[in-house]
Amino acid sequence: MFADQISVFLENKAGRLAEVTKTLAGASVNIRALSLADTSDFGILRLIVDNNDKAESALKEAGFTVRTTRVVAVEVSDKPGGLMSILEFLDSKQINVEYMYAFVRQRHDNAVMIFRFDNTDSAVEALTSEGFAVIKGDELYTM
Amino acid sequence: MIFNMEFETLPREAIEAIQLRRLKAVVERAYNNVPFYRKKYDEAGIKPADIQKLEDIQKLPFTTKQDLRDNYPFGMFAVPMDNVVRIHASSGTTGQPTVVGYTARDISTWAELMARSLQAGGATRDDIIHNAYGYGLFTGGLGVHYGAECLGASVIPISGGMTERQVLIMKDFRPSILTCTPSYALHLAEAAVENGMDFADFNFRAGIFGAEPWSEAMRQEIEKKLHLSAVDIYGLSEVLGPGVAMECQEAKAGLHVWEDHFIPEIINPDTEKNVAAGETGELIFTSLTKEAFPVIRYRTRDISSLNYSPCVCGRTHVRMNRVSGRTDDMLIIRGVNVFPSQIESVLMEVSQVEPHYQLVVDREGAMDTLTVKVEVGEGFFSDEVKQLQSLQAEIAGHIKELLGVSVKVKLVEPKTIARSQGKAVRVIDNRKI
Repeated sequence: MFADQISVFLENKAGRLAEVTKTLAGASVNIRALSLADTSDFGILRLIVDNNDKAESALKEAGFTVRTTRVVAVEVSDKPGGLMSILEFLDSKQINVEYMYAFVRQRHDNAVMIFRFDNTDSAVEALTSEGFAVIKGDELYTM
Repeated sequence: MIFNMEFETLPREAIEAIQLRRLKAVVERAYNNVPFYRKKYDEAGIKPADIQKLEDIQKLPFTTKQDLRDNYPFGMFAVPMDNVVRIHASSGTTGQPTVVGYTARDISTWAELMARSLQAGGATRDDIIHNAYGYGLFTGGLGVHYGAECLGASVIPISGGMTERQVLIMKDFRPSILTCTPSYALHLAEAAVENGMDFADFNFRAGIFGAEPWSEAMRQEIEKKLHLSAVDIYGLSEVLGPGVAMECQEAKAGLHVWEDHFIPEIINPDTEKNVAAGETGELIFTSLTKEAFPVIRYRTRDISSLNYSPCVCGRTHVRMNRVSGRTDDMLIIRGVNVFPSQIESVLMEVSQVEPHYQLVVDREGAMDTLTVKVEVGEGFFSDEVKQLQSLQAEIAGHIKELLGVSVKVKLVEPKTIARSQGKAVRVIDNRKI
């Protein structure tokens, strides 16, 4: 029930993000969602793409430091309080969110959020048993 | 003003006669009392009796920093510990410092040479000396201190740090001589301005600066900002500490090496042969009078040249030109010796992998800054910002612990550190010295 996310280390300087997108375009990889965490020095680009293997090898070939991270994609009701309900639930189970960001496309008229948890297994178990819809990686990449 | 008129103005033949007599004696002492020298000289087939003229010094093997490290901590001492009254140490690589010892007579020799140096730098017994060299294992603080007392001046043992308080004391005590590293001198000037004061209102006449490389441009900047006449002092703990050589106020053109106590030589660091008089190369020192820790043909790694022409000040001792660089990639940051290998050992420890790194030195305002660039490889990379930041903090913390120097750690992308012939360029020194 996981999805794989590609994380890329970037120096905080002009043109680096463009270089990543150029590399992925050259490998015909489609970006489905992304988030960028940055400090004054460096940034970490996190990507959900349609083909992880192609993306990873193309980025490594281009000299980037890349790693694959397990994340969890969850449907969230697309109305006021939708995100709050899932965050409150996670809090009640003492599950920590390391970071999260929104997926571009909807599923079943619901929004889709990508989560990184400190303990992925117990998070997935808790979410599914509570009835939250967790989306499989294979479906997510081509949604 | 000359502190020891007789010895500082000896004719060359007299200096050389003293040097030969003392050289024979120190080689004898080292051979008889330090197993390291005996073994080395036996292997080279040299006996103390082979030293018949000054040039014979060139037959003797060199002593290196590594030799001192191999004999850590007291293996190079030439007297029993009950004759040693003081121990100092320099910051060393991989956590291992170089340890030096002094007998009571060594301390009094050192005090005299520092008194000569202070006087050459413009100090007299009427002066108040604000001594902002660090007191402790580092030779700077205590070296200047004993010299100031030997001269009969009044010394303020302020040591380094607590800059605001230093400025206040300068204003209230009205010291006339400042002793510290050149970068700290400029830092003091900035601190004075920040506290609404100006060195023009202080009482300084001269400043004696050393323990790190500096330049003519920096001298001009210091003189302008601190309203004093700045001179250069040279020394290293392995040879004595501060007071091996000193620039005179009269000429401000090179540093007189106290030749009745040291023999300076210049060699080509690659061929290890002595160069012709006046040529530039690596500075070599032999201590002639030290009892506890004699060094013979010590390779300083400092690049300089020797000037035997007469000096307007009347001193006859040879002048070494301002040190223009190093033969190895050792960096001197705010008076502390930093070797890339030390940084490397910290990175290995923290990251568990052999990282690509580069040290970048800049002079921002008055202070030297050291940036450690580390390439983020796969073994290193976490996709969480807080983990990378804690890694940065951990590296900086370990370096601070090991070297006592604050550094900035900058994470960079792979292959962004310049490599020449596949080897990373480890040090970029942007200081304009």
